[in-house]
Formats: sequence, structure tokens, C-alpha cells
Amino acid sequence: MTNALTIDRAPAAAATSRAASRRARRTARPTWEEPPTPAGQAAKGLTLAGMLAVILVPLWIIVVTSLSDPGAVNRAGGLVIWPDGLTLEAYREMLGDSTVRTSLLVSLGITLVGTAVSMVVSVLCAYGLSRSRSFGHRFVLVLLIVTMFVNGGLIPTFLVVTGLGGYDQWWALILPSAVSVFNILVLRSFYSSTSVDLIDAARIDGAGEWRTLWSVVLPTSRAVTAVIALFYAVGYWNSFFNVMLYMPTDSAKWPLQYVLYTYVNRGNGLPGSVNAGFGTTHAQTAPLSLQMAVVVLTLVPLLIVYPFVQKHFRTGVLTGAIKG
Amino acid sequence: MTTTSVGRPRLSWLVRLRRDRSLLLMTVPAVALLVVFNYVPLFGLLTAFQDYDPLVGVWHSDWVGLDQFRQLLGDPLFWESTVNTLYLSFVQLVLFFPIPIALALLLNSVLSERLRNFVQSVVYLPHFFSWVLAITVFQQMLGGAGVLNQFLRTHDIGTWDIMTNPHTFALLVTSQAIWKEAGWSIIVFLAALAAINTDLYEAAAADGAGRWRRLWHITLPGLRGVIVLMLVLRLGNALSVGFEQFLIQRDAVGHDTADVLDTFSFYYGIATGNYSYGAAAGLFKSIISLLLIWGANRLAHAFGEDGLYRR
Repeated sequence: MTNALTIDRAPAAAATSRAASRRARRTARPTWEEPPTPAGQAAKGLTLAGMLAVILVPLWIIVVTSLSDPGAVNRAGGLVIWPDGLTLEAYREMLGDSTVRTSLLVSLGITLVGTAVSMVVSVLCAYGLSRSRSFGHRFVLVLLIVTMFVNGGLIPTFLVVTGLGGYDQWWALILPSAVSVFNILVLRSFYSSTSVDLIDAARIDGAGEWRTLWSVVLPTSRAVTAVIALFYAVGYWNSFFNVMLYMPTDSAKWPLQYVLYTYVNRGNGLPGSVNAGFGTTHAQTAPLSLQMAVVVLTLVPLLIVYPFVQKHFRTGVLTGAIKG
Repeated sequence: MTTTSVGRPRLSWLVRLRRDRSLLLMTVPAVALLVVFNYVPLFGLLTAFQDYDPLVGVWHSDWVGLDQFRQLLGDPLFWESTVNTLYLSFVQLVLFFPIPIALALLLNSVLSERLRNFVQSVVYLPHFFSWVLAITVFQQMLGGAGVLNQFLRTHDIGTWDIMTNPHTFALLVTSQAIWKEAGWSIIVFLAALAAINTDLYEAAAADGAGRWRRLWHITLPGLRGVIVLMLVLRLGNALSVGFEQFLIQRDAVGHDTADVLDTFSFYYGIATGNYSYGAAAGLFKSIISLLLIWGANRLAHAFGEDGLYRR
């Protein structure tokens, strides 16, 4: 029995409502707790501010630099900390560049298609395994869990994917990592805790399993569906090593992360300024603001989706996060 | 099935199969993908005992027994990677592991719910960044042309080489890991903290236990199960320290500092076309990892905790 399976024993809904009420109680200082010392408060405040600054300040600097004109970058001697002559020039130049534009489309395509495939496969599998007395579910479950601990590793997987003709194919960036057993187990624990009465009612109304999943179970588990979809989407959006493995040479097929790696991280010069392929060393480095614009571009989709999903982390993933 | 099963005759497997066939059918796509991309590669581990030739495939390659392993154990580069892996893993364990626990305690003591939510949503964010992005951020802040050195140069203090210094590489990658993942790791401990019964604190306070005694006698015991579980997982993964993280920074500090077991498989297996050799290194790593998980779990049981699975 893995920990992920033991989630079953505590129905998620009950656990979160308990946590919620406890949280509500804790907004006011409990009567028995000593008032904090000024020194303690100051230390706490400084630590919190430090945590926030360490994450937010670099992002701020990168965004501001991407919006700065070359003069401001020159005056600052590099990255710009305080806005000084803002312009969208770098973004215009970036989106006018065919490599960046193509890679953005490739990334979006892989993320959308991959997430769709992963979600369909995972939701179906999780629901199929959610009845504790259905035929064969224990066998399938063991089959899944074994892969969390035992796998062929890098090279045998590479040989299988290339053996199936996956070299330079987009599906090689999607299918090998389409199933996350951990995500399936999280979904399954939520589906298992869907009210039995609700499912019975659907059954009496004549709904089959597919219908029950679609019209009863999915609508009652939107939060966890959103969170798992985000996990998958982020995985695809960030996929980097798979590209290095399966399509390292054809720059027309590269997703955004790989372009970021090649042109910013390794400083190979953006293709707009020079015909820089992989391995061309420091031909001509792109302007700093342009590089930072590429960095921001990789962040934007995440920042658009994140606020909508993030609020579910506390309630949705808490029970499943143990292995996160 | 949904009514009570007490006293119901056990159905024959054929009837149950018929009843649950749609449920089973739903698991087929996932199982098929796992079979192709997880179980078939297991079979591919056989290449570790061959002199694999991509032109003739697994079926017709020559068997060489344990030759690859013998060569591996005599390869100084392999031992270098092993030592690097263990060293980096150890540094991360010591410096990284306590931080999320401390941050969770801190965050849990913040009274304003809105502030708590805001801090949480910010510190979770870097977990969703790719390693390319995270390292780019570090490069822009601490690298040779980064903000820090820019500041030092304009004030004539001299530059500080952080990103390409092999001697401080362990500290660099650990701080990167902390920056990216420590916030997200809080989530588990926050959940465990929320599950501690507040009556315990009240009773202890009434009995005169101060802040630190309550932390020691109630909070930490309440977190014990989760801490042990996370430790077991950490130890089980001791041989897999951030693969992409090292891959990206390998050129900056050199392979003798940044090569770990995973990158070893990649560079001396795939990049050179020496597949069997890399597969042998991978298999070696997997076996040690399984032993580590098993050992860590035994340790957890010895401390009276569940660990990954029950006894």
C-alpha cells in the first residue's frame, strides 16, 4: 500500500471542510496564545518580506528590462531595475522573428494537445478504478503503481521511442509522458469519495458508467480536474529534455523552452540578428531587452492560468500533495 | 454493488466482468500507454547485458554478460558521477529539507488569512517554472553580467563569480532548488499542521506550557509522520538530484563537478551512441535506488512510522 492509496480512508470533502473551519477559527488569535513580542513580529515580517522579494524582485527586473529601450539598458549597464524609457519594441521585434513565433505556436500546440490527451486518459482510468469492488481494478492498480518505483530508465525508453519512429516527431514529446500515475491516483481518490447516493441516483435514472462520469462525477470534481490539468499543462509547456533527446537538430520544430535555452541561456544569438543554429557559438548576442522578452513570453501563459487554478491548491490538492 | 454487500452471494467472475466491463475499458488507454512506454523499456534493460547495436536491435545484438558493469566499475568518470550525486544529494538534504518545515510553521502563525493566501500563491509560483527559466533567472541576477555583478562593478568592489565557480556549485544548485521548490514543499506541512487538534494547544497553554514547549511537545510530534514520509521519499530519490538542472549548467562548471548518474547515462550512453553502457549505468542506479527506498522505509518502521507503505 502506498501513501497515495491511503488517501481513500479519509474522504477528501470531510477533510477539507474540517480544515476550512479550523482555518476560520484561526483568523483571530486564540485567547490562550501569548501576544507576540515586537522582536518576534519584526523577525517574522522580515522573513516573509524576504521570501516574497527573492521571488518577485527578479521577475520585476526581467519584466522591466524587457520593456526598456536600448538607451535605458545602456544607462543601467545591463539589467534595468527602475523603469526608464518604456517601449514595446523588444516584443515587436521578438514576434516578428519567425523562430520565436513558430516556437510559441509549437509550445501552445504541444501543451493543448498533450493536456487534452493526458486528461482524457487519466480521467477515464481514474474513474475506471474508483469502485473499490469492481472486477480487476486491483490488478490494474498494481500495474500502475509498479511503474512509480520501477522503470526502464533513460536509455531503454529512448530506444523504444526511437524504435517506434519517434525521432523528430511531435508525438515523442507527448505520448511517453502522457500518463502520470500520481495524477491518476489523486483523481481516483476524489472520484472514490463522490457520494454513492449520487451515483445510485444516476444509475436509477438509467445512466451508464460513461454517462455517470460525464454528468455526475466530473461536474462535482471541477477543482481537482482543474489542478491536475494545470499539472499536466505545465509539464508539457516546460518540456525541455525530451526536445534535447528527440528533436535536437531541427530548430523549426523547437518549442519555446528550447529556444530560450539556446538563445538566452547559452547566448547563441537570436536568429533574428544572425543565422544562429545549435552549436554556433556566440555569433552575435541579441539585445538584452529582446532576450528578456523571450523570458517573459515563457511566463505569460502560466501567469494567465495560475490565478484561476491556484485557489484550488489549498482545498483540492492538499490530500494528494504528499508526494508532490 | 452499492447496497450493503453483507449476506450477498459472491458473484462469479464472469458476471462481475460483464457488469464492470465499461469500467475496465476506461482504463485501457492509460494501461496501453504505460505498457508501451514503461513496461516495454523494462524489457529493454536487457541491452545492459549486451553490446547493443542499433542496426540489428535487441534481438540480434551480442550478449556480453556483465562486461558493461565490469567496465563501469573501472571507469573513473562513473565514480566521479556517483560521488557527485551522493555529495549534492547530501548537501541538498541538509540545507533544503528543514526549510519548508520552518516556513510552514512561520506561515501557519500568520493570523491574517489574506496575507497567508498571498504569500502562499507567490511562493508556490516558481515550482511551475521550467529549469531553463529558473536558471536563466539566476544567471540574470547572479551571473557575470547579472544584476549583482553589475552593482559590484559600478561600485568598484570587483566581481563575484557565482554561476561558473565549480567550488561553490553545490551551494549554487541547492539555493536554486530551494528557490524553485521550497515554497511548494510547504503545502504538505501546512496540511499536516491544519490537522493538529487545536484543543491540545489550549490545554497545554492552560497547563502553563509556553510557546516553545508547545512547539516541541505538540506541533513537532504532529508533523512527525509527514516529516518521516518526506524523508523516506527524499532518501529514495537520493540518486536522482535535479537532472535538467545539471544538464543545463554542466558546461558552465565542467563535467567533473556537474556530472551526476543521470547525466552520465545521457552523455556516455546516448550522446556517444554507447547505449548498452548507458543502460548498464541506469540499471545500476535503479537497483541502488530501490534498495534505498526499502532501507529508508525499514528505518521509518523502526521509528514506529508508516513511511511509504505499511508493514
